Amino acid sequence: RIGCFAALSPELKTTLDKVVTSHKVIVFMKGTKDFPQCGFSNTVVSILKAVNVPFETVNILENEMLRQGLKEYSQWPTFPQLYIDGEFFGGCDITVDAYKSGELQEILEKASLS
Amino acid sequence: MGVSKEQVESTLRSKLSPSHIEVIDTSGGCGASFKVEIVSEQFEGKRLLDRHRMVNGALAEEMKDIHALSIAKALTPDQWNKQQQSQTSQPVA
Repeated sequence: RIGCFAALSPELKTTLDKVVTSHKVIVFMKGTKDFPQCGFSNTVVSILKAVNVPFETVNILENEMLRQGLKEYSQWPTFPQLYIDGEFFGGCDITVDAYKSGELQEILEKASLS
Repeated sequence: MGVSKEQVESTLRSKLSPSHIEVIDTSGGCGASFKVEIVSEQFEGKRLLDRHRMVNGALAEEMKDIHALSIAKALTPDQWNKQQQSQTSQPVA
């Protein structure tokens, strides 16, 4: 243990590498895409439905290790966390902002072409 | 114990020396929940994700007790001035 951070073990990091790349668009959230359990998570799900891309969701309320591990892995303290093409894109506010500016749609288009 | 609006504001002031900051307590009784608007020269040349990371990082200690943090705006002084101008040039509804 260094300071207040529990070190992200190499094993957990390898697992998370796989999880975040398991789908082109994946959201780690409170609840599921059908039953979001938090307004912020619901917002991100609604946006992804609106832009009409296939995406997967993972309920972090059901996996405490994943929840803690992802906070460190993404260097992001809260959920939802949106990953596109294995790369952390942002939380709710960033996703809303990018959706409004059209940047999100551009990135998603690129992602589905690659 | 939760975190106060004043605490969030003073931490952000000391770490990001903002030219404008507004912290709104949005907790509807479910715990510390805040909405933040912040304008700082330190955001210059940084993309939105990195700006948000700076805000989250500045509040690392407080985040342990914060239930939800919404960063509504993280702008440079230039961007802020432009936004203010475009808002005031619009007719008041």
